[in-house]
Amino acid sequence: MVPTHYYLVLSAVLFGLGAVAFVFKRNIITIFMSIELMLNAVNLAFVAFSQAFGKVEGQVFVLFVIVVAAAEAAVGLGIIILIQRNRQSLNIEKVNLLKL
Amino acid sequence: MNPALLIFFVLAGLALLGAGSLVLQKHPIHSALSLIVVMVSLAGLYLLMGAEFVAMVQIIVYGGAIMVLFIFVIMLLNAGEEEHTDLSKLAKFAGLPLALALTASLAALVFKPDAGVPTAAHAFIPKATEQISSMLFKEFVYPFELTSFLILVAIMGALVLAQREKK
Repeated sequence: MVPTHYYLVLSAVLFGLGAVAFVFKRNIITIFMSIELMLNAVNLAFVAFSQAFGKVEGQVFVLFVIVVAAAEAAVGLGIIILIQRNRQSLNIEKVNLLKL
Repeated sequence: MNPALLIFFVLAGLALLGAGSLVLQKHPIHSALSLIVVMVSLAGLYLLMGAEFVAMVQIIVYGGAIMVLFIFVIMLLNAGEEEHTDLSKLAKFAGLPLALALTASLAALVFKPDAGVPTAAHAFIPKATEQISSMLFKEFVYPFELTSFLILVAIMGALVLAQREKK
C-alpha cells in the first residue's frame, strides 16, 4: 500500500514544475499547457485525499475541475488563435498591449 | 518492496519525466506529447488508488479531448520552435532558485507521515462510481447544472473569438 503523503509530494513537485514552465516558457501554447499540468497536480491531491478518507467528494470535485479545464481550453485556444492572427507570433513577449 | 509501491514509483517517475520534458523541450508539439505522458501516468496512479472512474475520465477527457485540441491548434498555427528572448534580470538570476524553493517548500509542507491523514491511501470505497453518480445528481446537482451553462458559454465564446470578422 502506498502512503498518502507520497502522492501529495508527487502532486507538489508536479505543481512546482508546472509553475516553472509557466514562468520560463515563451510560447503561449506551452504556457497554457503548463496551466493544465498544474490542474492535474491538484487533481492528484484531490483523489489521494478522497481515497485516504474513504469519501468520494474529492472525486466529484475532480470531475468539476476537469469540466472547467475543458471549457478553459476551448476559450483559451480561441484566444491563442486570435493572438496569432493579429500579431503573427506566438511569443508571449509580443503580447504587451497592457505593459507600461 | 510491495508491488503497489513499485508501480507507484514507476508511474511517478514517468510523470516527473514527462513534466520535466515539458519544461525542457523547445518545440510546443514535443511539450504537448510530454504532457500526454504525464496525463496517462496520472490515470495509472488513479487506477492504483482505486479511483477507476476518475482514471477513465482522465484518459478520455484530458488525454483524449483536451490534448487533441492542443495538438490541433499547434498544427493549425504551424507553431515553430520557441523564440528565445532575453529574460528580465530578476528572472535570469532569481527565477530558478525561487522555483526550486517553491517546489521544495510545497513538498516539505505536505510530507507529514504522521499527520492526521489516514496512512492507507486505499480505504476501499465500495461502489465508488455509483456513489459519485448519485452525489452528482443529489448533493452537487446545482453546481452540476451550472457546469452545463459554463460549457455552453465556453462554446459560444470560442466561436465568437475564432470567427473571422466580416468586412
